[in-house]
Amino acid sequence: MISRALEGWSRGLAAAAAVLMVLAVLAVALYAPIEREQGLPQKIFYLHVPSAWVMFLAFFFVFIGSVRYLWKKDPAWDTFAYCCAELGVLFCTLVLATGPVWGKATWGAWWTWDPRLTLTLILWLIYSGYLILRASAASEEQAARFGAVLGIVGFADVPLIHFSVLWWRGMHPAPVIGLGGVQGGGLHPAMLYTLLLSLVAFTALFLSLLGLRIPLRRAEMEMRDVRRLSTFTQT
Amino acid sequence: MKFLLTTGAIVRKDILLEFRTKELLVSMLLFALLILVILNFALGTGSAPAEGALPGVLWVTFTFAGVLGLNRSFLTEHESGGLHGMVLAPVDCEAIYLGKMLANFIFMGVAEAIVLPIFAVLFNFPILGRLPALLMVLALGNLGFTAVGTLLSAMAASSRMREVLLPIILFPTAIPVIVGAVNVTGRVLAGEPLAHSVPWLKLLGAYDTIFLVVAILVFGYVIEE
Repeated sequence: MISRALEGWSRGLAAAAAVLMVLAVLAVALYAPIEREQGLPQKIFYLHVPSAWVMFLAFFFVFIGSVRYLWKKDPAWDTFAYCCAELGVLFCTLVLATGPVWGKATWGAWWTWDPRLTLTLILWLIYSGYLILRASAASEEQAARFGAVLGIVGFADVPLIHFSVLWWRGMHPAPVIGLGGVQGGGLHPAMLYTLLLSLVAFTALFLSLLGLRIPLRRAEMEMRDVRRLSTFTQT
Repeated sequence: MKFLLTTGAIVRKDILLEFRTKELLVSMLLFALLILVILNFALGTGSAPAEGALPGVLWVTFTFAGVLGLNRSFLTEHESGGLHGMVLAPVDCEAIYLGKMLANFIFMGVAEAIVLPIFAVLFNFPILGRLPALLMVLALGNLGFTAVGTLLSAMAASSRMREVLLPIILFPTAIPVIVGAVNVTGRVLAGEPLAHSVPWLKLLGAYDTIFLVVAILVFGYVIEE
C-alpha cells in the first residue's frame, strides 16, 4: 500500500526533499550555465519542467487511486487519489504561473496558445472541476465514487486533448523529444544534470507532501465523523 | 435481447415524456437561437461574422444548448424519483446508461436539425450541398458529447450544486470533441472533401469509442446508492 509507506517515510522524505531542494537551487544559481540566447530567464525552466513532471505524476496517481477505489472500495485509495489531485492542481498552478514569466521574457507575450500550455490549462480546469465536484457531493461516500469516475475520465482524456490541441493550428505531429521549453534536445550537460537534480528534488518534495497530507486528510475525515456523531447524540 | 428491450424502453419513455411536456426541446431551441443572436453581435460589426468563425458559432450553439438538455435528463429523473425506480428494477445499469445516452443523442440531433437551417438563413450560408458530410461530423461530435455528458450529468444531478456543476466538469473533458468537430466542420463548410479530415475523424471516433466504453464500465458506480 503506497500511502502507508509514504506516511512511514514522510520524515525521511521531507528531510531528503529539503536537502535536495537546497542543492537544486544552488545548482541552478551557480552550476548551470546561462543560456546564450535566452539569458537569465531561462533558469525558470528548472522550476517549470519539474513542476510539470510532478503534475503528470500526481494526475496519474489520481487515476491509479480512482481505479483501485472503485475496484476495492477501500477508502484509503480514495484518500490517496484526493490528496494527489490537490497536489496535482497545486503543481499545475506552478506550471501555469512560471510559464508566462518565461514566455514574457523570451516570446514577448505572457501567453500563447501553444499546445503544451493549452494542455496544461485544460488539465488545470479538469482537476479543479474534480475538486469542486467532490466538495459539492452529498456525502463523503458519494464524493469518493464521483471523484473516482472523474479521475478515470479525466486521465483517459489526456492523450486525446494532447493530440487535438497539437493538431489544432495545422501543426502536424512533429515529435518534440527535446526537454520542456528548450528547442531541440541539445542540452548542455551541466544544464541536463541540473534539470535531473531538480526533477529528483521536486519528486521528493511531492512524495513528502503527499506523505504529510494523507494522514491529515484522514484526521479531517475522522473529525467530521466525530462531530456528526456528537451533534447526533445531543439532539 | 432483454438488454435491448430495456434500452429501447428507456429511450421511448424519454421521448414520450418530451412529446407530452415539450419543455426540453423548446428551451434548447430558444437558447440556441439566443446564442446565435448574441454571437452575431459578439463577432464584430460587419454585415456578418467572418466565414472562419462560423464553425465555432455552430459548435458553441450546439454544446451550450446540449448542456441544457443533458442537465434536464437526470434532474427530472431525480425530481420524480425515476432513477430510484430504474435502479431498483431488475435491469442492467449498462442498459439504463445506453437508454439515457441514446435519448440525449436524439434530442441533441433533433435540436441541431432545426438549428442548422436557421443558422444557414441567419448567416446566409448555403449548407445544402455539404449536408451529408456535415451530418457525419454532427453524428460523431454528438456521440462523444452525449457519451461523456450523460455520465457526468448523472453525477451533477445528484450533487448539491446540481445543474451548475455540469458545464464545469463537462466542457474541459469534451475539449477534444469540440476541437475536432470545429475543425472538421470548418473544412466541410469550406468545401473540402471529408477525405482531407481523416486524422480528425479518427480522433473523434477514438474519443467516442473510449468514452462509451469507459462510461459503460463506470456508470454502475455513479447510480448506486
